[in-house]
Amino acid sequence: MILKILKYQLRDVFRSRWIIAYVLFFLVLTDVLFRFGGDGLRVATSMMNIILIVIPLASIILGAFYLYNAREYIELLLCHPVKRHQLFWGMFLGLALPLVAAFAGGVLLPYLYNAAGAEAWRSALMLVFTGSMLTVIFVALAYYLALRFDDRIKGLGLALVICLFFTIIYDGLILFVIYMLSSYPLEKPVLILSLLNPIDLGRILLLLQFDISALMGLTGAVFREFFGTPLGMGISVASLLAWLAVPITAGFRRFLVKDF
Amino acid sequence: MIRINALNKKYGTLQALSSVDVEIEPGRITAVLGPNGAGKTTLIKSILGLVKPDSGTITVDGIHVNGESRYREMIGYMPQLARYPENLTVTEIVDMIRDIRKSASKPESRSASTRKDTQDSIKNTGQKTPLADKDAGRPQNNGQSASAPEPAHDDTPDFELWERFGLESEKDKPFRTLSGGNRQKVSAVLAFLFRPKVLFLDEPTTGLDPVSSSFLKDKILAERNCGTTIILTSHIMSEVQELAEQVVYLLEGKIYFERSVAGLLEETGQSTLERAIAVKLGRQPEVTAETGETP
Repeated sequence: MILKILKYQLRDVFRSRWIIAYVLFFLVLTDVLFRFGGDGLRVATSMMNIILIVIPLASIILGAFYLYNAREYIELLLCHPVKRHQLFWGMFLGLALPLVAAFAGGVLLPYLYNAAGAEAWRSALMLVFTGSMLTVIFVALAYYLALRFDDRIKGLGLALVICLFFTIIYDGLILFVIYMLSSYPLEKPVLILSLLNPIDLGRILLLLQFDISALMGLTGAVFREFFGTPLGMGISVASLLAWLAVPITAGFRRFLVKDF
Repeated sequence: MIRINALNKKYGTLQALSSVDVEIEPGRITAVLGPNGAGKTTLIKSILGLVKPDSGTITVDGIHVNGESRYREMIGYMPQLARYPENLTVTEIVDMIRDIRKSASKPESRSASTRKDTQDSIKNTGQKTPLADKDAGRPQNNGQSASAPEPAHDDTPDFELWERFGLESEKDKPFRTLSGGNRQKVSAVLAFLFRPKVLFLDEPTTGLDPVSSSFLKDKILAERNCGTTIILTSHIMSEVQELAEQVVYLLEGKIYFERSVAGLLEETGQSTLERAIAVKLGRQPEVTAETGETP
């Protein structure tokens, strides 16, 4: 049943204009970066900065819009012998999968025809992995918000605020804390704080993979010491997964008991 | 057919439904009426399982409605405003719903036969209800289908409306390009497609041109004659008078009255339902005709 719903969802989404625009965006950007003389590794580094801002924003806004638009459609399907949990997964995967596919396709295609080396591919795949995680996390957040608030202005507004919070405000707050308490050893608290932000987590994972943590000075060294170890990697991936699980579960629960 | 016991539903502080008791009899057309915000939609959505009531029970054909999805196999619903995925064509939308129905009924194929049995018995009881005198004034199409051998309640989809609405010419258009009326037609076709035992029609004729609207009304009456239970809401009282036999009037989340159309007309001595309801509401001192807001 989930597959049935998914099949038609995918057909709908892949025909929409915004998904095509989304693919083209990543495709053109990666291609241009290659043309400006970057090798695969440098392209991945530049792309990192872009995807860390674009993906959360696009996923949360598209996700919320999509679910608000599908409101009547959900009601209709629920009048057929469809179970709510089936419909939820159908709707969720029906948006998350195309977004991941569009992003991955757009980024990886230039790597293909530019015949990038093994090292570059490794960084590109890492980039795609992190981007996909962020996509799913922010779609899940969007679904939760859209299910929590019937008023779409409220839902979309909150989605924007959350997105801005994680991309900009959160880092600002961390910097502020570091500045205010600069005479204390802050590496450990900052480390913990960065686990609480999925975008920071993604950034750290990528930076360490790309071996440019030296750019971050002392903090980079501390991060490298922690995140570079298998334990550190484990913890950061685990907290990324927790970031995945919490909003999905919350949205799922909400979907099961919601009045449509 | 549908039994509702002590149903309560609150939205925040707003009491949408308070201890509603209704029994909707099989094989009849029941109109749920009331001013805006009286709880009509909440009532229908509770039966459909879209809204989870705070307390009270609902059974449809003996099956409790709580998180159960199987009973919806016998339900057809035509919403006030239908929206399907925008980029799918009309054919794809119909295929999708058929697909979903098919895979939902697959696991328990035995239920098909038992369903048919109960359907037959309901058809019979439906036939027994005294309708003959009321049918006299109805379009002849109605009489025809009653005398002709009934269309078998089989599992083949019912595409009669599809043909009559002439949707064939629209079938490859994406849903987003359809006009409001055509959207409404698609949603009507889908509601009737699976020969449901219970049909919910939320303002079915809004947005339809007069010809399509009368096709739809004919179809509604024909279905009633096949023993389908139909629940209808509408703001057009002449339409209700034409179609419905029973009226459930909701006011501020409570059942204000529940009567047959004929009984209502007789009691109030009016010739139209619109007037009859106005008189009925006007009689109650605390409810003025204005707050009754009968259209």
